[in-house]
Amino acid sequence: MATAKAIPLPERQRTAATDVGQVSQFTLMRRRFMESKLSVFGGIVLIGMYVMAAVAPFLSPYPYDALDSNNQFAAPTPIYFVGIHPVICGTTQTLDKSTFTWVYTADCSKLYPVRFFVHGYSYTLFGVIPSDLHLFGVDPPAKLYLFGADSQGRDVLARVLEGSRISLTIGLLGVAISVVLGSIMGTISGYLGGAADNLIQRFIELLMSMPTLPLWAALAAALPQDMSVVRRYFYITIILSLVTWTGLARQVRGKVMAYRTLDYTLAARLAGASPLRIIFTHMLPNAISHIIVVATLAVPFSILGETALSFLGLGMLPPAVSWGVLLRDAQQVQVVEQHPWLLIPAAFVIIAVTCYQFLGDGLRDAADPYS
Amino acid sequence: MVHYILRRLLYMVVTIFFISIVGFVLIQLPPGSALSAKIAQLRALGGDLSQDQIRSLEERYGLNDPIQVRYVRWVTGAIHGDFGQSFTFDAPVNSLIWSRIGFSVLLSGCAIIFAWVVSIPIGVYSATHRYTIPDYIVTIIQFVGVAVPDFLLALLLLVFASQVLHTDVGGLFSTRYVNAPWSWGKFLDLLQHLWIPVVVIAAGSTAWLTRVMRANLLDVLNQQYVQTARSKGLTEGVVVWKHAVRNALHPLCMALGQQLPALISGEVIVSIVLNLPTTGPLYISALLNKDMYLGITFLIMLSILLVVGNLLADLLLAWVDPRVRLE
Repeated sequence: MATAKAIPLPERQRTAATDVGQVSQFTLMRRRFMESKLSVFGGIVLIGMYVMAAVAPFLSPYPYDALDSNNQFAAPTPIYFVGIHPVICGTTQTLDKSTFTWVYTADCSKLYPVRFFVHGYSYTLFGVIPSDLHLFGVDPPAKLYLFGADSQGRDVLARVLEGSRISLTIGLLGVAISVVLGSIMGTISGYLGGAADNLIQRFIELLMSMPTLPLWAALAAALPQDMSVVRRYFYITIILSLVTWTGLARQVRGKVMAYRTLDYTLAARLAGASPLRIIFTHMLPNAISHIIVVATLAVPFSILGETALSFLGLGMLPPAVSWGVLLRDAQQVQVVEQHPWLLIPAAFVIIAVTCYQFLGDGLRDAADPYS
Repeated sequence: MVHYILRRLLYMVVTIFFISIVGFVLIQLPPGSALSAKIAQLRALGGDLSQDQIRSLEERYGLNDPIQVRYVRWVTGAIHGDFGQSFTFDAPVNSLIWSRIGFSVLLSGCAIIFAWVVSIPIGVYSATHRYTIPDYIVTIIQFVGVAVPDFLLALLLLVFASQVLHTDVGGLFSTRYVNAPWSWGKFLDLLQHLWIPVVVIAAGSTAWLTRVMRANLLDVLNQQYVQTARSKGLTEGVVVWKHAVRNALHPLCMALGQQLPALISGEVIVSIVLNLPTTGPLYISALLNKDMYLGITFLIMLSILLVVGNLLADLLLAWVDPRVRLE
């Protein structure tokens, strides 16, 4: 058991700078955030992931949907070095007659150098710049599968990158809507109090008692079938954000109620400030840091939710490509044992979710620079 | 106190009433009647069904009545304990759920206990040893623990159990015990199968509770009454466990309310991966196959568990902390 000395000093004594009161709240928040190494690390990794998603075709040597029957379930290609030049061996595909699975044997008599900035299939970068440049590639007939290939011989690396475009972004608007809605309803409820507060709270309780899975299933089946899978999923996240704002509304309400009794609010009211002015200049800036944190922490759960829903068959389905869809291929024990590289998308899920949490945690600590 | 509970119970009845209406409409929102699947199934089994047979089926289940009539009929039945018929399983909803709910409660109950037993001591240790190496390790494990998808954890544990421990996994019993009557051997066999799903179900909430426990205890440890307790000369153990921890348990009590419905819905994915005879897979199949009476029964059951759980959590909170006033 720790002694009294082992209990660390309260945070304020460690971080309080002498110029508190002279710098803006934002500067204080940034300083405090930068102190937390894990959060900065999480933020940098996330920026990296979003950049990779944006330039996905540049990083993938092959299109994400290109089938290749000569390379079904091909394992990740081993890379050797000749001097400083990376090379790969050619492979030949043979059918194992006893198990009826494809067996790949490396044939290192002929080496294929890995080339950088090669010309390959064409794509448009950021939707506007036409290009056919790729970071790396090998001369055909050899194929470089950095992350292996799936059951159809599609490049797992290209699919993971393509999936990240959807998985990392599709929940964002839904989260944004529920955050805005939650803040508005929470502020109204906390500021007005009385009958309005009571009504909103009962309504929130009603929404909170509603299981979301049936709602999800009903919407998934009720939305027009001619819609693309991704678009349908996107609409569902938006509709569901009309239900999931309740938690934040409660927290904001609590905060606003606390601010209402504080002296500076009273002073503002006595000075003749309108309720809107009090809310927007005196209350929301105080609550905004908390709101940002809730939003940051809601995003990773939307990413995780996508994998769970896709697993259950309620989320996205092929031909859409998302991390959840890719992990549908890795649901059986045999897959994990025989083609473990199909689990690579899971690593991306875990990294993204963990980094978002690091980021949110750092923001939470930084959110209240006076504590 | 009695007044408070009565008022809450009244709210609960109103809430459930509204949810049952919304849920009833929702379950029937998807196009295609619940019976069409059944008819297709019958066709696949035994050739053609005549129009008359279809009509008689529809009449038997009352599918041609307007929705409000069906709603009233279902609610009247439900109050008397009859929750209607499942189309996909061709059995009363009642018997379907009752035959599986025991294992669900067992699994999730064990998972909740596991999560509490593990997370409280670790959270306390992590908070009292802040910024030490073990604290950092615990913190990172927590973050990753929340981030690992359930089914992945279940798969990895399955592979681990079969490759490393060489145990027979999947299901709740070994084949020779499935249909055997209860015995000591069967019980031990159950325990051997139980730990994987329990660990998987508990993993996420354990990680989360540990983090909450740590954060709360850190807040509480900075308060003056803790300093007072220390300066009175109490041992650090007493200060932490009797004075601080007790007040740091609030959010955990609150979370308990949310965990009651998780008894049913928390084990869905794990049960599918591990092939367990619990209510979770039934719930999903009802939603996917538009099996409306089974679906609506689950929906109502989950909402009731949630509101009851919240009430219990509030009462527990008032009992743990005398400062909390129930108004």
